[in-house]
Amino acid sequence: MQLSNAFDEFAAIGQAIDPRVREIADWLRATPLAELRERQSVAERAFRQIGITFRVYGDDDAAERIIPFDVIPRVFTSREWEHLSAGLEQRVGALNAFLADVYGDQRILADRVIPAELVLGNPQFANCVAGITPPGGIFAHICGIDLVRTGPTDFHVLEDNARTPSGASYMLENREAMLRICPELFASQSVCPVDSYPDLLLEAMRSVAPQRGCSEPNCVLLTPGPFNSAFYEHSFLADSLGIELVEPADLEVRDDIVWMHTVAGPLRVDVIYRRIDDAYLDPLVFRADSLLGVAGLIGAYRAGNVALVNAPGTGVADDKAIYSYMPEIIRYYTGQDPIIPNVETHRCREPGALAYTLDRLDQLVVKPVDGSGGYGMLVGPAASRAELDAFRAILLAEPHRYIAQPTLALSTVPTLGEAGLVPRHVDFRPFVVSAADRVSVAPGGLTRVALRDGSLVVNSSQGGGTKDTLVLSSDHEHSPCAGQSSPAALEKRSQPAGGRP
Amino acid sequence: VILSRAASSLFWMGRYVARAEFTADLVEATLRLDTLAVRPAGQEAWTSALAVTGMGVTYSGRIEPAEVSRYLLLAPDNPNSSYSCIDSARSNARAVRAALSREASLAINQSWIRLQSRREVCGVEDIPKLVDEIKGSARGFEGATNRLLRNEAQFFLALGAAIERANGTARLLDVKYHLLLPGGERVGGTVDRDQWTGLLRAVSALAAYRWLYREGLKPSLVAELLVLRDEFPRSLMACLEQTVGLLNRISCRIGRESEADRIATRLLEELRNTSGPKLIRGGLHEFIVRFLGDLTKLNGAISAQFGFR
Repeated sequence: MQLSNAFDEFAAIGQAIDPRVREIADWLRATPLAELRERQSVAERAFRQIGITFRVYGDDDAAERIIPFDVIPRVFTSREWEHLSAGLEQRVGALNAFLADVYGDQRILADRVIPAELVLGNPQFANCVAGITPPGGIFAHICGIDLVRTGPTDFHVLEDNARTPSGASYMLENREAMLRICPELFASQSVCPVDSYPDLLLEAMRSVAPQRGCSEPNCVLLTPGPFNSAFYEHSFLADSLGIELVEPADLEVRDDIVWMHTVAGPLRVDVIYRRIDDAYLDPLVFRADSLLGVAGLIGAYRAGNVALVNAPGTGVADDKAIYSYMPEIIRYYTGQDPIIPNVETHRCREPGALAYTLDRLDQLVVKPVDGSGGYGMLVGPAASRAELDAFRAILLAEPHRYIAQPTLALSTVPTLGEAGLVPRHVDFRPFVVSAADRVSVAPGGLTRVALRDGSLVVNSSQGGGTKDTLVLSSDHEHSPCAGQSSPAALEKRSQPAGGRP
Repeated sequence: VILSRAASSLFWMGRYVARAEFTADLVEATLRLDTLAVRPAGQEAWTSALAVTGMGVTYSGRIEPAEVSRYLLLAPDNPNSSYSCIDSARSNARAVRAALSREASLAINQSWIRLQSRREVCGVEDIPKLVDEIKGSARGFEGATNRLLRNEAQFFLALGAAIERANGTARLLDVKYHLLLPGGERVGGTVDRDQWTGLLRAVSALAAYRWLYREGLKPSLVAELLVLRDEFPRSLMACLEQTVGLLNRISCRIGRESEADRIATRLLEELRNTSGPKLIRGGLHEFIVRFLGDLTKLNGAISAQFGFR
């Protein structure tokens, strides 16, 4: 069963005052079910033929699967989008300020806004890059901020992904598919295009390239290789950006300079969009047992000869323990209240919060602070007695490793099920790109949908699917389609440190 | 400039797709030799097909058309089967997707999806259908790659294809060596001629032969066509000219020339200095063995020169 109090986004659209918004709901009503099914299967067949697949670890039979695609899009009005993008820019701006601070002067720790041991003792805190300021002061050039909605104007940040967030290829490919199979939807509506994303990304990469008197920086995308679960996305993005897709063995560091092996010999590399976790980046610094990685890469980074996108050490900002302090972090660096609030979060490391959590384990969602992908978490209302007991023991043994949140009534969007249109819970991951001088949000994102009846878990590794996300453009002067920060935010960020000319 | 690893993947992708096609040609030729000749070559034809793919020793199944065809076309445990080649080509394509167009990736992935679902050859009548399908896939991929940007990526892909085509044509020609003439038949007799016809037809060269030579079918002319006539795109001459040309273009781009260029140029010179009758007199099989050895050397030089791993 769906949570009966969940907010249905299409019901809201159907009741919208703006007739242009209502058209989307009308389109859904007017399109026969069989027609929708046919279109969906066309899209899924195309995904399979193009090879848009992902791998599920530990699942040999289904070595390559496509993520189920749902033909019914998710819609944001321009007003909703303006609100969201302002909140996202604010949050990511603060997140980068936080990273620059903790790897620099550590003012926020000195001011006791956040417990120092939570940052300095965090396994994600990268000592090897402390004291280094990357170009533009940007650490997390690409952030995927997971949002959930619980009411008409109620959005919450569920988690921040500031390491190597994935999913942007689905944002682009889902739109490609929708343009092909539902062209009428785009003919009658002005939907913001998402294909500006690769341009934003490339611009950000070029903006942080080390200066070495050459006009064209050599940017590459570093992938662990074809056996990685997200390899399709890596190759898709390299292709969209027009940059080389390299594997660790293609790179070599000599005298703190990164080179790639080409048929014409070594070629210098300036910017690396790396899709390899910190731990496997450089065996000299992180894991000596790692066969992945490029020996000497961190040395080259420290020497300022190569830019890493995202920088090493960003994990300290998206850890779920730090997440609970994000409202304080935003206030500390921006002087403003968060535009998009956090989900109410109980840190089990605090005795009061632990007691609260243990009391209501069957009502809460409990997550490991360092986990991702939906692994190792407990969804209280869906758990059996035995599962609850087992988790209680785990929690008591290592309370500091967990946070607890209420089970949210995630909003629902109609989804094509076997029995017809059914409401299914969704979340949303927009992508925020930070260049040296500005923050931009691509007008769209990845909407993930829990396909199982009643399920709140949207992760693709756990049976979730995806939808296209339409951001409707407005006639207002500041169209959200521009995908750029507001002039005010821009001015603030680009303020030179040393006064005006 | 292209990464060494990407160049290697593209080169091998070119080779694998061409090899998948060669194997399909070979099966088609063998089927003709088996069924169309006045007196069927029978089992002999299938044994020689296995021999020229180098799988004669490895194959342990029955010598029977559908079974050998399955092994040559579909068997995952035969690394040279058309299926295995398409599978390897696809893995390489995945690794260098960014260097390929969407159409080229799509073509290879679609062929793989179709072939992967076929495990059996349902009788002799199923063989031509399967062969056509594989040839169609290879043509589709070739068509898509012809529309690629003319840069190193495309050059390496075409280089692999050219070398593998030379390899395939040489091996097809060698089928004839492995085919013994039935007792009482003489060289130049009906069966001998039918066997040459079957070979030509399989590489779509029968019409070309008639066009280029007004005389009847002569072994030395067939050898000349398949080895020396550059008008015929699958002749060793045409493939080597293409190879030398591609190596030149790559060298120009990266500004150096080396061992691979020299070997390819020498091979081309040797071909230019021979003739059909000379080939037959010196022993066609011996020539082919030597040529295949030279191709292996060329392949090694290319790997070393461009840093393939």
